[in-house]
Amino acid sequence: MNRFLLPLSIFVVVVGFLAVGLKLNPREIPSPLVGKAAPDFSQPQLYDREKVFSPADLKGKVWLLNFWASWCSGCKTEHPVLMELAKSGEVPIYGMDYKDLPEEAMAWLRQWGNPYSVIGMDDAGRVGINFGVYGVPETYVIDKQGVIRYKQIGPLNPDTVSQKIIPLVKQLESQ
Amino acid sequence: MKWVMLIILCVSGPAWAGEARPLADDPAAEARLKHLAVELRCLVCQNQTLADSNAPLAEDLRREVREMIAKNMSDKEIIEFLVSRYGDFVLYRPPLKATTTLLWVGPFVLLTIGATALVITLRRRAHKVVDAVVSEEEHRKVEQLMAEGGKRS
Repeated sequence: MNRFLLPLSIFVVVVGFLAVGLKLNPREIPSPLVGKAAPDFSQPQLYDREKVFSPADLKGKVWLLNFWASWCSGCKTEHPVLMELAKSGEVPIYGMDYKDLPEEAMAWLRQWGNPYSVIGMDDAGRVGINFGVYGVPETYVIDKQGVIRYKQIGPLNPDTVSQKIIPLVKQLESQ
Repeated sequence: MKWVMLIILCVSGPAWAGEARPLADDPAAEARLKHLAVELRCLVCQNQTLADSNAPLAEDLRREVREMIAKNMSDKEIIEFLVSRYGDFVLYRPPLKATTTLLWVGPFVLLTIGATALVITLRRRAHKVVDAVVSEEEHRKVEQLMAEGGKRS
């Protein structure tokens, strides 16, 4: 009996490690920006290129910054969730159209609806690099002081919104 | 026909060479970019370096690095720029920190455990092997069996 105890316990430990490893998503890289001030930018707005979208205008508000593009399939998956969230009025969603063509972005929004309060254009992907974006969609929760409090990599789903985003927004609102 | 082919070959030659030109604009800067990019991981195709990857993000990041080189920033500053945005994950050689100790020390710990287990097993086995005493009669029997075996084959 004792003879098998050691190999068996080693086996159990290895299986434990592998089971945890299977559940981890290697594409989710922890962002060093969470807890730090959101990078500043001033980008032309999609619907009015003369106007500028800048996070400085949003000081004192809790808001979401969503990087998306008309060419991104994950954004299509996520879109109904954003529409729902925008309709609920829980938190304003600001969009950053990442490496996209304005005509295509506008056509996309005409077809699927526009959940965004304001949309900035990031043609060159520079704002994306400053935010550590490596694949759209990505969503950031930014607090009243302009600090990034949460980063969602990949599409938001109803569960993440109701269990993570909304409670966090409420907590930040009350601060 | 041969002449036509020859002309086509002559004309297409320079066009082909033209494609790689942006790399050769400033050979010193490109050498630095290459040297840096092989140490950096592409975040989209995670097992490729920034130098190898054709992902649009890798192209953008190479452009950023190129611009930082043009601004005369040091390698350390450029790497800090990327780490502050994407974390240690962009480095193929992550720094030794509290969170990465297991990564650095782990293989040596496993090696030590393995070596110890090997030594212990070998010592135990050495104790188990007892010299077998063969009597005169047994010896004769073996000789006989072997002789018979030889005949059969």
